[in-house]
Amino acid sequence: MSCGKKAAAQIVLLMAGAAMLCFGVWRGEAATVLSKAIKLCLECVGIG
Amino acid sequence: MGKKFSGVSQTMSRFRGWIQAGATLLTNLHLPNFLKGGLYQGAGKTVCVPGLNCYSCPAASGACPIGAFQAVVGSSKFSFSYYITGFLILLGVLLGRFICGFLCPFGWFQELLHKIPTKKLSTKRLKPLTYLKYAVLLVMVFLLPAFLVNDVGMGDPFFCKYLCPQGVLEGAIPLSLANSGIRAALGKLFTWKFSILLSVIALSVLFYRPFCKWLCPLGAFYALFNRVSLFQMKVDKNKCVSCGKCARACKMDVDVTKTPNHTECIRCGMCIRACPTNAVCFRYGFGDGKDKAKAAETLQTNNNNKEE
Repeated sequence: MSCGKKAAAQIVLLMAGAAMLCFGVWRGEAATVLSKAIKLCLECVGIG
Repeated sequence: MGKKFSGVSQTMSRFRGWIQAGATLLTNLHLPNFLKGGLYQGAGKTVCVPGLNCYSCPAASGACPIGAFQAVVGSSKFSFSYYITGFLILLGVLLGRFICGFLCPFGWFQELLHKIPTKKLSTKRLKPLTYLKYAVLLVMVFLLPAFLVNDVGMGDPFFCKYLCPQGVLEGAIPLSLANSGIRAALGKLFTWKFSILLSVIALSVLFYRPFCKWLCPLGAFYALFNRVSLFQMKVDKNKCVSCGKCARACKMDVDVTKTPNHTECIRCGMCIRACPTNAVCFRYGFGDGKDKAKAAETLQTNNNNKEE
């Protein structure tokens, strides 16, 4: 991959990542993450 | 290649153990919760941490990205997580598998186990197993939680439930020691996951980072971005004497002179420390730095011509 193409790919991916993150927050995914993360995850600890 | 980059790279790789310890502490700031037997429940858990760190660890400061992804796709509201995917793409491009080498608590745990003085085994002949982690990422993290759902559209976090040993190490063990209710609830699933943890511990003593190499879906995701990451390995061909010390020093079975940004490279810097001519160093920035290097070379040549 040439230097210019690589830099372009990096910029596009950064912008895509930021856009996806913002869209996810906007549609309420962050709240779902918080509600799961503050409670004991029964599957994670092996209770089921 | 600048002396500044080389010096910074040497320092970072030399103090990597301390950086890993610091990252583990920052990822698990709420240490008093170990005694209380409860979890941190603040808003900080809206944000994910970069490494594999269970959010059911009493001290966890943030959410586990793999657990959070499965929580979102396994919920009845969503079948894909743009929030976590975007977060992981950003981290993948900004740091790549530097996260595995410097910031992941479970990676550090395996490295500490590998320091136990016993006979060590090479993983070079087990290279096909490195592809297993991509299957784990695709099947257990992406597909099963999204498509194998119950009547109300909710799916299980398959990776967390059946494979992740970090939940037992950081969650089940400390919580069951402090909380008799949790201790009483542990059953067959815990026994299965505890067996996985024991296997990973035993393998880590013999092999270098077996879970990272073969099973970790988070490492698999970051590996996809190693080639385009801003954090790169750089080999100065003018300084390299092809002695092969870097390839022999690499415990991830990478030859940095041939593929400096290989998917398995966790930027641990062992090659940097092994190089007798300081030909290998870290580089951070857009592109791959060739244009700047060429420009510097041209400038130097022009200056030499003028002087003559």
